[in-house]
Amino acid sequence: MLQNKYDVVVVGGGPAGSMAAWEVAKRGVSVCMLEKDRDIGYPVRCGEAAGESGLRQFVEIQDNWIAEKITSAKLVSPNFTAVDVNFASETGYILNRRIFDYDLSKYAANAGAEVYTKAYVKNVLTKNGQTNGVVLDYLGEEKQIQAKIVIGADGLTSRVGRWAGLKTQVRMKDMESAVQYSVANVDIEPNKMIMYVGMNHAPGGYVWVFPKGKKFANIGIGISGKYSKHKSAQKYLDEFMKREYPDAAILTTMCGGVPCAKPMEKPVANGIMLVGDAAHQINPMTGGGIVAGMKGGWIAGQVAAKAIQNNDYSENGLIDYPKRMRKDFGKNHERFYKIKEATEKLTNDELNSIAEKVLSIPHSQRTLTSVFKAAVFKKPTLIIDVLKVFAGV
Amino acid sequence: MINIRANRCDYCGACVSVCPVDCIEVRESSIEIEHAICIDCDLCVEICPIEVLEVHAAE
Ligand SMILES: Cc1cc2nc3c(=O)[nH]c(=O)nc-3n(C[C@H](O)[C@H](O)[C@H](O)COP(=O)(O)OP(=O)(O)OC[C@H]3O[C@@H](n4cnc5c(N)ncnc54)[C@H](O)[C@@H]3O)c2cc1C
Ligand code: SF4
Ligand code: SF4
Repeated sequence: MLQNKYDVVVVGGGPAGSMAAWEVAKRGVSVCMLEKDRDIGYPVRCGEAAGESGLRQFVEIQDNWIAEKITSAKLVSPNFTAVDVNFASETGYILNRRIFDYDLSKYAANAGAEVYTKAYVKNVLTKNGQTNGVVLDYLGEEKQIQAKIVIGADGLTSRVGRWAGLKTQVRMKDMESAVQYSVANVDIEPNKMIMYVGMNHAPGGYVWVFPKGKKFANIGIGISGKYSKHKSAQKYLDEFMKREYPDAAILTTMCGGVPCAKPMEKPVANGIMLVGDAAHQINPMTGGGIVAGMKGGWIAGQVAAKAIQNNDYSENGLIDYPKRMRKDFGKNHERFYKIKEATEKLTNDELNSIAEKVLSIPHSQRTLTSVFKAAVFKKPTLIIDVLKVFAGV
Repeated sequence: MINIRANRCDYCGACVSVCPVDCIEVRESSIEIEHAICIDCDLCVEICPIEVLEVHAAE
């Protein structure tokens, strides 16, 4: 039964929220996780690609999470020059997030976290400049929960952070407008992801084709918010589908935004921590946020439990969280952000010529490293880093 | 005024994340704009991937 007091309240039941709740619960601290939807893990708003080594940092990978193993990628330039690259030792996955997210919440619950769905948080409580709880609608009734620490894992909307006074709004140029179809009746090579780059395919982003078992795939697009006012992401995707997969059966349409911004410098304040998309913990080049969000939740959960034990949940007591995040992936994140900004300036011609250059490397020797070396003469490219990240390097 | 073609909406929240005045509320299967607070910046219209939102000239 939902209580009116916990040490820690986590808002949002995505990967970041579950990891945070799990880490808190493991340490014997009372915690509940509140999810607005009726189900954890559904609806899925994600391409579901994640690197094996990334996931392994936190969990033992279960067979039923994996829809497809990815061992190579095909990158398609604006003039349709296609480059195949092997992942060598790294493996990527296309997950079944419906099962994966659900399992993460089960791990949290098995460690002692209370999990509630249909629990929509609509404000935070504050006292003397300290966040100390939430207001929610739960099963049609308004309730208040007192908490020493509130962890905002509410995804890209990140309203919990805003209510607590943190600046979470994302600039248009750093927001990707994304839409994805899950499609059947497509003939796609197994174990290979395909990505299309360039202004004609997806300005400021890319089109992805991620196989998900026989004749089934996630096909989606992300375009920069800088361009989306001229033509919507869905219009680009529909043109792509018509040209590349005219016979595909579109089973589901889902959309979303991806905050490809610089990491939030201080995703904490008195009594409040933000994790995952809510704190812009996303690789800004690829839009990959599953593993990054898990890392955020994992560290935040540990720091929160410690703060409760030390009886200091002021900003100062929570500051180890951003410190550890910066140490862990801050540098990479900033590097990827810089590359994102640089690659956005690459013209279609430049992208085509990079693809040509990479094609001159014999296929058997086309590993991430050799491709990188070849492309670096031109410019470090979107292409290469997309691969590195999805491969979990 | 922003017009919401609500039955097309996926309730993804992308519009919420760019709204400068936090006047959009998206729940599991509902979306509302508090028009009294809205500053008509149209950012929500620009980011919506599936064209749910449209600018409507005020009457
Ligand atoms: C189209 C698309 C494709 C993507 N593809 C990939 C990919 O291939 N690989 C990858 O790594 N990443 C991908 N991403 C990004 C990835 O989906 C996110 O980074 C990831 O889900 C972030 O996890 P999270 O836990 O922070 O947030 P989420 O998974 O978004 O979870 C947030 C949860 O909070 C709940 N919530 C929100 N507000 C409230 C509230 N007020 N009260 C209660 N609950 C609330 C939501 O219902 C949701 O369940 C993609 C994103 C999009 C939009
Ligand atoms: S961005 Fe569009 S689809 Fe998503 S919640 Fe807003 S109006 Fe609905
Ligand atoms: S027009 Fe601007 S202020 Fe109004 S709802 Fe949209 S984003 Fe918010």
